[in-house]
Amino acid sequence: MAPALRWGLGALALAALLAVPFVVTQPYPRHVFISIFLYATLAQAWNLLAGYCGQISLGHAVFFGTGAYTSSVLGKELGLTPWAGMVAGVALAVALSQLIGYPVFRLRGHYLAIATIAVGEIVQTLMLNWDWVGAARGFFVPIKRPDSFVNFQFHQSKQTYYYIALGLLLLALGVARRIERSRTGFYFRAIREDQDAAASLGIPVAAYKQRAMAWSAGLTAMGGTFYAQYILFIDPESVFPLSLSILICLVAVLGGVGTLWGPLVGAAILVPLSEGTRIYFGGTGKAIDLLIFGALIMLISVVQPGGIMALAQRGRRRTG
Amino acid sequence: MTLEVLLQGLIGGLLMGFVYALIAAGLSLIFGLMEIVNFAHGEFLMLAMFATFWAWALAGLDPLLSLPLTAALLFLLGIAVYHGLIRWILGAPMLAQIFATFGLAVFLRSAAQALWGVDFRLVKDPLVSGRISLGGLFIGLPQLVASVGALAAFAFLYWLIRKTETGRALQATAQDRQAAALMGIDTQWMFALGWGIGAACVGVAGGLLTIFFYVFPDVGASFALLAYVAVALGGFGNVPGTLAAGVVVGVVEVMSGLLIAPTLKYVTVFLIYLAVVLWRPQGLFGRF
Repeated sequence: MAPALRWGLGALALAALLAVPFVVTQPYPRHVFISIFLYATLAQAWNLLAGYCGQISLGHAVFFGTGAYTSSVLGKELGLTPWAGMVAGVALAVALSQLIGYPVFRLRGHYLAIATIAVGEIVQTLMLNWDWVGAARGFFVPIKRPDSFVNFQFHQSKQTYYYIALGLLLLALGVARRIERSRTGFYFRAIREDQDAAASLGIPVAAYKQRAMAWSAGLTAMGGTFYAQYILFIDPESVFPLSLSILICLVAVLGGVGTLWGPLVGAAILVPLSEGTRIYFGGTGKAIDLLIFGALIMLISVVQPGGIMALAQRGRRRTG
Repeated sequence: MTLEVLLQGLIGGLLMGFVYALIAAGLSLIFGLMEIVNFAHGEFLMLAMFATFWAWALAGLDPLLSLPLTAALLFLLGIAVYHGLIRWILGAPMLAQIFATFGLAVFLRSAAQALWGVDFRLVKDPLVSGRISLGGLFIGLPQLVASVGALAAFAFLYWLIRKTETGRALQATAQDRQAAALMGIDTQWMFALGWGIGAACVGVAGGLLTIFFYVFPDVGASFALLAYVAVALGGFGNVPGTLAAGVVVGVVEVMSGLLIAPTLKYVTVFLIYLAVVLWRPQGLFGRF
């Protein structure tokens, strides 16, 4: 594709996404769009670490929850605007990620994945027992009126949430694209392909893993703050669970790891899929929606283990 | 805190540890064979517990009597899962494999919920119940039977892998599947067998647990988490290593519940695990 054509298509797609709230006015379809953007952002953040740098984390809910709790607690205790809270959440998540990364990145492959699960479980259990932030009862974000950008609360319509979520996604895509084409991105991929070879060529492997972790954690924390302000209630079961960590990973894997568009593609498929099965088959209390969801996940992994983007790339190679 | 209480905790932890070890052994065997972590392992355990429960509820079979049945059932399940799912993702990237077994976990858990609901069920009046007193220490008989049973199953597994022709073929496949195939070993069958045996391990563990533990669709989750930790702690693919690691996990769990706080017992288990893998990244007995 010619660069001009590519830019033109990109601009067109962006214009279409910006116009969506004018066409889609019902709250529920807007919610689906917002969920897609949020999960695409989270999956892209995870992709920076796992997809490009090859370090598989199954504990990213830690950073999501950190973002959600930091802005909410600061907002309640100090009356800080969630935007400042978001910055604080990112700072805390990045600091935490470095603290976690320093030991766990000595591990590789499955050992690393299990270790990140362990870290996630430790943090969730601690949050379930930390009384000051509500422990297992959870934490209500104080309702502020009127709707305002400073308050980061919009009770009348989801339109502003839509644009903020879209902004987050664009930020994540922008970061990924910049990293992809930078020296850092090449270092990440070298570490993913062969860590020892990368080290022998003089790449400071540990430092670059930490760098990938920092970007990944920071973006994930932003998603966490957004979630807290969108739902206005958080508890350890909703923002720190292992199932969230795995869901983030599923979205990216479905779309295609280590690609720029994979996470968005994955979210655009997985979110409507889970919403759809929930609408049509949920509500019976019999978990039929999850039954179908699980079967579909198995089917996809067998039919398309490289993710949807691998399919697209294969198609391109055939035509080009 | 008296010495008696500490000893009591130590014994309780040891007994649970053997059951954890058996669950982890199945996981470790499968990993050693084909480097796949089965994220549906907890759901296998859950199915084994439900099978045991229904054998009791519908046919009046005590968990101890239905044990061979449960083991056989899970063995077949393991082979079916291998042929239905795992065979197709052997060459796929690690992430796709995680994805597949996780999908299986969601599927099995929801299937259990759809079929049997979310109630907690318990086998009433099992053959073994009560406790024995040993110099002032009390040992629950169900727990004792479960851990002895787990240990026996573990010994059988060890004998199977180390001393039999089939076991040697399994080991050969684990070491080098191409060389094994050249020696005339049917590696596809070995993989299927590995899944069968791995699932049969949780079949036995699930049957034994059902004597004294509640059965519900999510029951596998916490056991599976401890099993992952035990496998990594013992060294992936090292079946004897998981025995020691399972016992460590069991003892740490109970002792930290006693000494620190019951709510934080898993935190201690996971922290100790992290500390160990930092010191030995390949686990206590693993090799790279």
